[in-house]
Amino acid sequence: MITINNLSKTFKTKDHTVQAVDDVSIDIEKGDIYGVIGYSGAGKSTFVRLINRLEDPTDGEIILNGQDMTDLSKAQLRLERQKIGMIFQHFNLLWSRTVYENIAFPLEIAGIPKANREEKVLELIELVGLKGRENSYPSQLSGGQKQRVGIARSLANDPKVLLCDEATSALDPETTDDILDLLVSINEKLDLTIILITHEMHVIQKICHRVAVMEQGHVVEQGDVLDVFMNPQSKTTKRFVQQLNPQEGSVEELKDFITSDERSKVVKLHFVGHNAKRALISDVSKQFDINVNILQGSISPTQEGAYGTLYVEFQGEPETIEDVMNYVKTTGVGVEVIDHVD
Amino acid sequence: MLTNIFPNVDMEKMWVATYETLYMTFISVLGTFILGILLGLLLYLTNKGNLWENKSLNSIVAIIVNVSRAIPFIILILLLFPFTDFLLGTIRGPNAALPALIVGSAPFYARLVEIGLREVDKGVIEAAKAMGAKTRTIIFKVLLPESMPALISGITVTAIALISYTAMAGVIGAGGLGDLAYMEGFQRRNNDVVLACTIFIVVIVFIFQFIGDWISKRIDHR
Repeated sequence: MITINNLSKTFKTKDHTVQAVDDVSIDIEKGDIYGVIGYSGAGKSTFVRLINRLEDPTDGEIILNGQDMTDLSKAQLRLERQKIGMIFQHFNLLWSRTVYENIAFPLEIAGIPKANREEKVLELIELVGLKGRENSYPSQLSGGQKQRVGIARSLANDPKVLLCDEATSALDPETTDDILDLLVSINEKLDLTIILITHEMHVIQKICHRVAVMEQGHVVEQGDVLDVFMNPQSKTTKRFVQQLNPQEGSVEELKDFITSDERSKVVKLHFVGHNAKRALISDVSKQFDINVNILQGSISPTQEGAYGTLYVEFQGEPETIEDVMNYVKTTGVGVEVIDHVD
Repeated sequence: MLTNIFPNVDMEKMWVATYETLYMTFISVLGTFILGILLGLLLYLTNKGNLWENKSLNSIVAIIVNVSRAIPFIILILLLFPFTDFLLGTIRGPNAALPALIVGSAPFYARLVEIGLREVDKGVIEAAKAMGAKTRTIIFKVLLPESMPALISGITVTAIALISYTAMAGVIGAGGLGDLAYMEGFQRRNNDVVLACTIFIVVIVFIFQFIGDWISKRIDHR
């Protein structure tokens, strides 16, 4: 649905040039929630602003529903923007307008007569759960409620795409989760494609189907969230993944369990998707003459299913341990013997 | 008792003068409001990073605004005599003061308007752009409403300056309370007339300030 090819943006000042976005190519399918994650200064905000041309790209193309955004005239661009919703970190609501009037604003811009606006606005207020607050001013709302108004406003002209520029970064963790739930329900209800920029791994984990990791204007890694989580390649991605599993960093504590004893082995198990729900450990201890000592574990739910890691110690005859490992492999759970700690 | 303190004050003349002062103030405030917003918008929009960024146009408007603000009002009236004569066919009476009043205060107000517009959240303008708004829509539905409290408190300050300008204009025969204070009061050594006119002007100023503050507070939902 959205194809981005070799997109670049260079900012020139008197003294130096900054390559904010450098040769980025991404494919986004209809109905995807696509996350772009990076530390500040990675160029992710510039990237999302290039999509609706709040910034004009230096190079490359953005094809949205078969239409190259970079080819549009000013008037065509205005019409196209009406079909691209956008929400912001600081909400950017008009304080001079009530909730109702803020949501009606994009309809005014699209030239929809006053009589026809009401139904749409009330429907959106209902959708984002702000019934009864129609006549409040933004200053009377909490951060989460303001972002709900932002979301309702962005949906007024039935957009095909929703751009979220750090939409939850100004909110507390609980409110962030509420807003993310709202985004997921909109994504499902309206089959809306969402492109989401964030520096919080938690956001990607909770709602994204696919993710791109940005660093210094480049996309260093992209793909399905689970794949990227399971096998992070770049240093940046590894750092982000570690945010989710703080224990992952404390493998050292396993040192005491690792011995040269043939009758004991420390093993790391990877669970992905449905496997995460299996009662593997009790399975193993019932079927084999072996003791299982659970050392450490964690599980992270994502949009595409859960993914988790579990460190265990198998104690028993060396041959039995070998059999157990083979058995575990047949169930689709990843097995990795830990014989030393870096 | 009042006639003892103000023996020379003719109330009928006072009311006529008050009417003339209010007339000059109202019309010139209206003119200043419109002209000042136009100039202020032009200053703001042509500034760096804004919708109509245009360095040379910005400099030209800035020079006009700065020069006309630098001219003392009393000299501006004299300089504008030919223009006023051409426009109205007379250089006397309340109407004749209007061009000088408006030309004298619009540039001052334009600067206040520019300051008010700069305070408008850039993110909100960006949001309007992202919704596909035309420049005209951004001006009338974002910039002006979002800066309205500043525009109102600015015009209040300007209106009060204008009231004192109308008194000055009185000296060259424009009528109003300033004229009365000078001709009937100062020239004839009737200090009570000067005092009465001063009280009237102070009351008018207070009323304007009160109304301005009230409106500005009413419309500010920040």
